[in-house]
Amino acid sequence: MSVKLNTRQVGDVSVMDVAGRITLGEGSSAMRDALRDMVAKNQKKILLNLGDVTYIDSSGIGELVSGFTSVTNSGGQLKLLGLNKRVKDLLQITKLYTVFDVHEEEASAIRSFS
Amino acid sequence: MSNQFRREAETVERFLDSTLESVDHAEEITVGLAKKAGFDEDDLTKIGMAVRESMVNAVVHGNRYNANKKVRFSVSKDAGELVVRIADEGEGFDIDTLPDPLAPENLFRNSGRGIFLIRSFMDDFRVRRLDPGGMEVTLVKRTVSK
Repeated sequence: MSVKLNTRQVGDVSVMDVAGRITLGEGSSAMRDALRDMVAKNQKKILLNLGDVTYIDSSGIGELVSGFTSVTNSGGQLKLLGLNKRVKDLLQITKLYTVFDVHEEEASAIRSFS
Repeated sequence: MSNQFRREAETVERFLDSTLESVDHAEEITVGLAKKAGFDEDDLTKIGMAVRESMVNAVVHGNRYNANKKVRFSVSKDAGELVVRIADEGEGFDIDTLPDPLAPENLFRNSGRGIFLIRSFMDDFRVRRLDPGGMEVTLVKRTVSK
């Protein structure tokens, strides 16, 4: 499998650890389905840990944006954790870096949820 | 010895199926040739991504995963330049009418960033319609900064 997802609970925050490649096909579909599932379960505080993401393409970015929109529209918050340089650069050139609340450290990310 | 090796011209050409596996294959071939050409890790990442985006466009939007349509892929390295050409058998598109993914009204769309990324990562990007049908994109990356 190109992407591995692991979801855990830290207090009332759902942390989804994402590892591998978020690319068109299996990777982006898996992430989309996982985020939809979380929204359907009415999870309002979602932290995507992208620290082990090795590659993301425009489809993967699209799923991040879709996930953000879905969670926000349902009254929740979706934040990002642990962006490596490649992912950070991609979000910056696509003008999405400032859209997301991005954190480098999990504890502070958890505390930032209102 | 290594400089002579890097200066040797080399071309790889393939006719690929309209599948996502072909996207991986084209990226792998291109990055391999780009390494031989002497591109650094940062450029290898950019080149790989640009080729992936171009191949996805050809497979998904051009040929629409049609098993009867092929993607013509070629990558050449010569004299400090890497040139990738990708051609599909689709209906074609007008690049000038594509929405700007950076425009505020498009920022939250879940698609439409591919060509923007290709242009961001490569030194040159050209598109032309083919006769009798299809589109060909040409991506160029130089080892010497522009």
